[in-house]
Amino acid sequence: MPYGPHTPDDRARMLAALGIASVDELFSDIPEPLRATRLELPGPQPELELAARLERLAARNRVELASFLGAGAYRHYTPPLVDQILLRGEWYTAYTPYQPEVSQGTLQSIYEYESLIGELMALDVVSASHYDGAAATAEAALMACRATRRERVLVSRAVHRHYRETIATYFTGGALELDEIPLVAEGPAAGTTDLAALERLLGEPDRPVAGVIAAQPNFLGLLEPMAEIGRLAHAAGALFVAVVEPVSLAVLEPPGAYGADIAAGEGQPLGIPLGYGGPYLGLLATTDALVRQIPGRLIGMTTDLDGRRAFVMTLRAREQDIRREKAASNICTNQALLALAASVYLAAIGPHGLRDVAALGAARAAELEAALAAAGAPRMHAGPYLNEFVVRVPDAVAVHRRLLGHGVLAGLALAEAEPGDPSLAEGLLVCATEVTTREEIDLFAWALGEELAASSGAGSGAGAGVPVGAGGGGVR
Amino acid sequence: MSVVGERLQPTIFERSRPGRGDGKIPHPPKDALERIPAGQRRSRPAALPELNEPEVVRHYVNLGQLNYAVDTGFYPLGSCTMKWNPKLNEWAARLPGFANLHPLVPDEVAQGTLQLLWELEEALAEIGGMRAVTLQPAAGAQGELTGILMVRAYHRSRGDLERTEVLVPDSSHGTNPATASMAGFRTVTVPSAADGGVDLDAFRAALGPRTAAVMITNPSTLGLFEARIGELLADVHAVGALAYMDGANLNAIMGRFKPGEAGFDVMHFNVHKTFSTPHGGGGPGAGPVGVGEKLLPFLPSPRVLREPDGTYRLERPGERPTSIGRMRSFVGNTGVLVRAWAYIRAHGAAGLREVSDDAVLAANYLKHRLAGTYDIPYDRPCKHEFVAAAQTIRKETGIRTLDIAKRLIDYGFHPPTIYFPLIVEEAMLIEPTETESRETLDAFADALIAIAAEAHETPELVHDAPHSTPVRRLDEAAAARQPNLRWRPTAGAETPCPD
Repeated sequence: MPYGPHTPDDRARMLAALGIASVDELFSDIPEPLRATRLELPGPQPELELAARLERLAARNRVELASFLGAGAYRHYTPPLVDQILLRGEWYTAYTPYQPEVSQGTLQSIYEYESLIGELMALDVVSASHYDGAAATAEAALMACRATRRERVLVSRAVHRHYRETIATYFTGGALELDEIPLVAEGPAAGTTDLAALERLLGEPDRPVAGVIAAQPNFLGLLEPMAEIGRLAHAAGALFVAVVEPVSLAVLEPPGAYGADIAAGEGQPLGIPLGYGGPYLGLLATTDALVRQIPGRLIGMTTDLDGRRAFVMTLRAREQDIRREKAASNICTNQALLALAASVYLAAIGPHGLRDVAALGAARAAELEAALAAAGAPRMHAGPYLNEFVVRVPDAVAVHRRLLGHGVLAGLALAEAEPGDPSLAEGLLVCATEVTTREEIDLFAWALGEELAASSGAGSGAGAGVPVGAGGGGVR
Repeated sequence: MSVVGERLQPTIFERSRPGRGDGKIPHPPKDALERIPAGQRRSRPAALPELNEPEVVRHYVNLGQLNYAVDTGFYPLGSCTMKWNPKLNEWAARLPGFANLHPLVPDEVAQGTLQLLWELEEALAEIGGMRAVTLQPAAGAQGELTGILMVRAYHRSRGDLERTEVLVPDSSHGTNPATASMAGFRTVTVPSAADGGVDLDAFRAALGPRTAAVMITNPSTLGLFEARIGELLADVHAVGALAYMDGANLNAIMGRFKPGEAGFDVMHFNVHKTFSTPHGGGGPGAGPVGVGEKLLPFLPSPRVLREPDGTYRLERPGERPTSIGRMRSFVGNTGVLVRAWAYIRAHGAAGLREVSDDAVLAANYLKHRLAGTYDIPYDRPCKHEFVAAAQTIRKETGIRTLDIAKRLIDYGFHPPTIYFPLIVEEAMLIEPTETESRETLDAFADALIAIAAEAHETPELVHDAPHSTPVRRLDEAAAARQPNLRWRPTAGAETPCPD
């Protein structure tokens, strides 16, 4: 066994102390007919060979592409100090801080995390973390039902499909109802939540609404009229749940400013690697009024017997190990180390740095928009966006695939991601962040121009190299 | 001397000085945000702290010193399996090919990760004796919810709508009843038998046409193998219910007992316990779920599939309409799963069996060392953990388990899990794991024996413990009465948005 300490002599001494001849005797309580058949697994593999095998597997993934893919997980610059802190054993090999006297580091860091995210959200209470943005949003929806004692939630169709599906799964248990709010089809507000439809859904007789969920920016990258959505929700006695992207909160109005009762979101952009989907960080925040409804651990400041300031897990009557079937949620293990990553990232980058990250992403996205439009792929919607938007490309799925051959990951082909919405069939959802380079934008625009020309029959010269600046539409 | 550092730290907000910390991100063009309507722009900036890099690093390095951790010492937490976290696995999860892969890339771009995930599913299915495994759940509790929602879907698919109850023994983890509630079931708590095992008669009385599932932890939270599990499973299936196995204690039985072979219909794995992924101060973990034939159609989507040509792909949206749906975004806590794959590969079948053998041997050895000093309420061979109790000590000295746990810190050890399971008074649930040496086990036993003597001779020393930590026992009542759940920066809150 690779990590075990016991020599044959150690085992012999322990067996002798127990007065038995073989460890098999300690398993004699497993009834004969229930004993396992032979376990068949590859390995064991010595560390050197295992390391080489892991490197080979990792190398089979293509991560060198010029990527314009966002859609809920974003490429960002993370200062190396973040991972260097995460690799310290005092942090990543510690357990849940149930013994506060020997866990003040973890406890204070979570209190600080709650404070940092509370500042970003402009809300009072932040949970110590949830699994990811989707699970946090599902918990927010359940919270709205508990708090209002109502059983129906409205979710905008411009909330990430994975989040809507996760809410739907979580809702099957409680027989709760989830209705989708359609999007505006045309005009300047196209692609955002349809306020008239929302008003109709809120006004349906005998179907009171517990909560209204909308995302800012929404899945299509567009800015939503959050204040109006909140006003409509509140007028119907419903709570307002905002799904937010944390980097954007450096420059966009926060949930607390537009009247959200609960905010949820994906914390991955705060210093957490893409990692094929996890581990990420579920953000969940609310107002003081709802503190007893929020699921998950909460850390509070208190004092010790000598009056020293200290931190401790608190309001634990909401939790499963105390309340069992009456708990607010079954959550136990959370994403604590990722909450630490987010805190260290925010401390390292600071308020000005975070604003620069958001603003630089917006600037790069504007360059991308101009370059793609010049290459023949204009935006699909008219409304304002921050750093992610949809362009219209004929035969988008095939073009997306062919662009891989040019080393370009051309965002997300919406026909595959949103098969139920024909209006998006020609859409590519693309994003830029502070790490997007001018060269990547030029490559994307040039390759797209080549592919569009090729598919319209006038193509020539694919693979002829990248003319620097060509296809960029003169927006340098 | 303290087992953790002694210097308490100011908060990150108190360390902040306006104007510090810059130079990591290029400055954007002045007009970068002009496209954003004024009403949507943040009017009052977030008062985040401003620090330079050395201040940030010292803050977190010094804060970390206040933590106990597996890397600093023995962590005998029952039910938590605080085994060694191999360093190779931390390196592996950070390989750029794994760490920089976006979760929505086309499958052809992600073949390395997809292969690894598929192989991990296969390995876990073999270890659990299950037909198939989903890696999607982010933690054990989410695995439980996944499993019970599949049970619900199974009964409904058969038109069986009357099953409203989930049975759990009174020794179960709190997540079991909490999960049943979340999945829309009523929890029926069944008392344990006097020997600590499931009470077959009590279960038989509770089982019926309303029973959807029974959730069993085996070995139980007392560290005992449920010898009557075969009869119980037969009874569960006879009434048309399904059997859920909480895999929290799998570290005791690898290669010895495969839950699926024994008749369990569904189980979860805690990879942050059995398969060594680090606990991270509370997370992340991963809670893969294995199912037998009956629940196969209901697995969450997307599954990882292997094509006949040897390539791998994710299920497409809507490809399997019987699925319960998604439990989360994307595919799972992949970085955690890379570590679990590496752990299983490093051991192979023989190594995993040896893990369980050594974990069980260590627990029995420690139990043997403590017998005679502490109450051992179930004095028969245990699996990977056991309950010791301070009932007699409390009767004789007034010293409680909490006091003994706190005094252990002065001896340099993290306390075991205390007051769990709920059915034993003054319980200490002790789990040594297979990666602690005999010397460590002996030193820990010596410390507990010494504390028992102190309880008689110098009880105030134990009662007021710990004495060596940066803070003493905390005022938890005050924390709950007047919750202070976040720092309220006053300075800087009114400063205008920086340009």
